[in-house]
Amino acid sequence: MTQKAEPLPAPAAVETIAVQVDGRKILVPRTMPDPLTARPVATTMIQACEAAGVTVPHYCYHPKLPVAGNCRMCLVEYGTPALGPDRKPLRNADGSFVIHKSPRPAIACATPVSPGMEIYTNTPAVKAMREGVLEFLLINHPLDCPICDQAGECKLQEYSVEYGQFASRFVEAKVHKPKQVDLGPRIMLDDERCILCTRCIRFTRDLVHDDALGIVNRGSYSTIAAYPGTRFDNNYTLNTVDICPVGALTSKDFRFQMRVWFLKETKSICTSCGTGCNILTGSRENRIYRYTPRDNDAVNGSWMCDAGRLNYKWVGREDRLTEVKIRGQRGTWVQAIQEIATRLKPATPGRLAIVASARQTNEELYLIRKLAQFLGAATDSVLRAGEGDRLLVNADKNPNSAGVRLMGLAGNPPGSNLATIAERVRAGEITSLIVIGEDVTQQGFGLETLRRLELLVVSDILPNGANEMAHFVLPGCAHAEKRGSFTNVKGRVQRFMKAIEPPGDARPEAEFLGELWERLIGEAAPASLEQLFNQLARDVAAFNGVTWAALGDAGVTVPLSF
Amino acid sequence: MIVQRKNLSFWERLYLPAIWGGFKVTVRHFFKKKVTMQYPEERWVVPEGYRGAPYLVRDQEGRTKCVSCQLCEFVCPPRAIKITPPGPAVDPGTGNVEKRPREFEINMLRCIFCGFCQEVCPEEAIFLMRDYSLTGANRKEMIYDKEKLLALGGVHQDRIQKWKRKQREAEAQEVFKPAGQPVGHDAHR
Ligand code: SF4
Ligand code: SF4
Ligand code: SF4
Ligand code: SF4
Ligand code: FES
Repeated sequence: MTQKAEPLPAPAAVETIAVQVDGRKILVPRTMPDPLTARPVATTMIQACEAAGVTVPHYCYHPKLPVAGNCRMCLVEYGTPALGPDRKPLRNADGSFVIHKSPRPAIACATPVSPGMEIYTNTPAVKAMREGVLEFLLINHPLDCPICDQAGECKLQEYSVEYGQFASRFVEAKVHKPKQVDLGPRIMLDDERCILCTRCIRFTRDLVHDDALGIVNRGSYSTIAAYPGTRFDNNYTLNTVDICPVGALTSKDFRFQMRVWFLKETKSICTSCGTGCNILTGSRENRIYRYTPRDNDAVNGSWMCDAGRLNYKWVGREDRLTEVKIRGQRGTWVQAIQEIATRLKPATPGRLAIVASARQTNEELYLIRKLAQFLGAATDSVLRAGEGDRLLVNADKNPNSAGVRLMGLAGNPPGSNLATIAERVRAGEITSLIVIGEDVTQQGFGLETLRRLELLVVSDILPNGANEMAHFVLPGCAHAEKRGSFTNVKGRVQRFMKAIEPPGDARPEAEFLGELWERLIGEAAPASLEQLFNQLARDVAAFNGVTWAALGDAGVTVPLSF
Repeated sequence: MIVQRKNLSFWERLYLPAIWGGFKVTVRHFFKKKVTMQYPEERWVVPEGYRGAPYLVRDQEGRTKCVSCQLCEFVCPPRAIKITPPGPAVDPGTGNVEKRPREFEINMLRCIFCGFCQEVCPEEAIFLMRDYSLTGANRKEMIYDKEKLLALGGVHQDRIQKWKRKQREAEAQEVFKPAGQPVGHDAHR
């Protein structure tokens, strides 16, 4: 799952130790960075097993959280080299260590490895222990699977099938706990399904520093709860739904909307702020149902904020722009592009301005840059500032501010040229304006100002204030409906894929900008998005010749030169 | 290739013995019991275990048994089933079942009467019944919606009633209040 992160600067050579997992010899570092403090801590057996490619089933262990060791699902057997009276390991005739098998099993998630250790994950005893743990977990479990949102991605289901025993021996009445507990504005808790792994508690306490959750009562009555009188309400609550291995914590937004096995998962990027968290878009039959975070340690770890996660509904809004409009009448793409090109061609340099949104992709911005250079246009973008936090949320609410600035399309700071452009429109110096993805009526271009223009081209996704005035309205695509890349605030260029089809006439902006380029400049625009990106990377110095393929799933960091 | 035409014998060329043979069969059947059925006035007695059209059922208390788990939609080979799950709004009528389909459609033109839906259903909510002759004036009529499926399916005597049993058990432990009222953690102090 974890994607290859950016090669970190090689830390001081870590001592490696040799261990054996199910008879396979491997070398593991003696220490690994702690998920919270990054301080070196001893490598555990579960990490060694992962390095050896052996899966150890686990519930409470999560690579990004402190170890709790409470579920006992990860029990394994192990042995260590026997020591002679001289405190030196004894050796067999063939030189191998004499292994002293521990009489007791150990939890792989919290036991450090030692040199020469042998770990056995597949012995009859381990299998019996797993069966036992699962049997205990299922004693009071409601088996709500048909009505449980987690079904299909539930670790309890999966491990029961893989490691459990099939028949239940429990005949007594189950302990019942509260269902439909309203934990917070976005979270619904079903206490009966909780297996008390405490992942949610550790996440919100240790990562978010909002100590909101805890366990009340004892024994089989133990129950997850928010501190009395408080709500579980921070901007990261929905991550607990992801890490909850069962269906105890459910998202109110996604609750009972669609079974997860129908969802097509498309690798994408969250567009709600400049961090650019890696996400998966879950869609079915052209409708988006949810966003979930995708691991990328260089950007967002395994998390994303609630605001970004829930910001997908606009893509399916009823009032999306779906028609090409030429002076208020429905037109075709061919007509529109042809007419725009004919009317732009004679424009003398300096009489055109382009406002390009920092929500457009690098590829689209590159095409805009080409057009702007060819036509000698004044350009700017719009700043979208908000509040950031210490974890993921960035104060810059545009997903591609860095891209606009690298393309040289924005003022410094972005948006600072807008007033001048508006002024020059009013003075009649600028007679043509192209607006891609922004509502200029919110940026000091009153309707009176726009009325002075001889040519106003507006491309957007949702209705915008300037549509009425525009000579040409070109419906664009949401990020989920096209491919492209964004550059985040730290200069990481990340690509995203297409999940659903655009509505009506709407087309990816890169397509029609490419056509405009062909008509105006007279040379063939790159035929595919890959070629377009590769050309961009060759042309724009900062991108330094990276290729679309090299971006991979995790992206590539480019230097920011502004 | 040349096919050799066999010469008929005298007896065969005579032709009459064959006619006689044919008449014998006709006369024999004339006095036997008739096998032709006057369909559609007369109908087959459908044997036990016959797989006809799939319908939804209610239990003896009138509860729609389907909880919209969508397993049948998933398993259906010709994708005849389309379910709209209820969404997040809490429906007070569903009690501890929490879920039931908002819409449930079976396209009977697509259904191949395989019975997978009945087999996979964890709630015993869908059964292949005895209807084999489904007619409609247009394609739309052949897409049966939830109301129609429930009306055709009728009542299924549920001896287990697992949700009701769970609720009774929970009430005995004073945890779960009926009618879907979320309860706080004070419930079992
Ligand atoms: S948590 Fe898993 S096992 Fe439990 S009801 Fe939900 S899907 Fe089934
Ligand atoms: S609610 Fe989920 S994550 Fe939290 S303790 Fe229970 S099972 Fe674990
Ligand atoms: S009987 Fe078979 S084809 Fe018909 S709805 Fe059920 S699963 Fe689909
Ligand atoms: S399998 Fe049964 S309970 Fe699930 S959706 Fe189909 S009919 Fe409803
Ligand atoms: S994963 Fe090791 S005890 Fe839970």
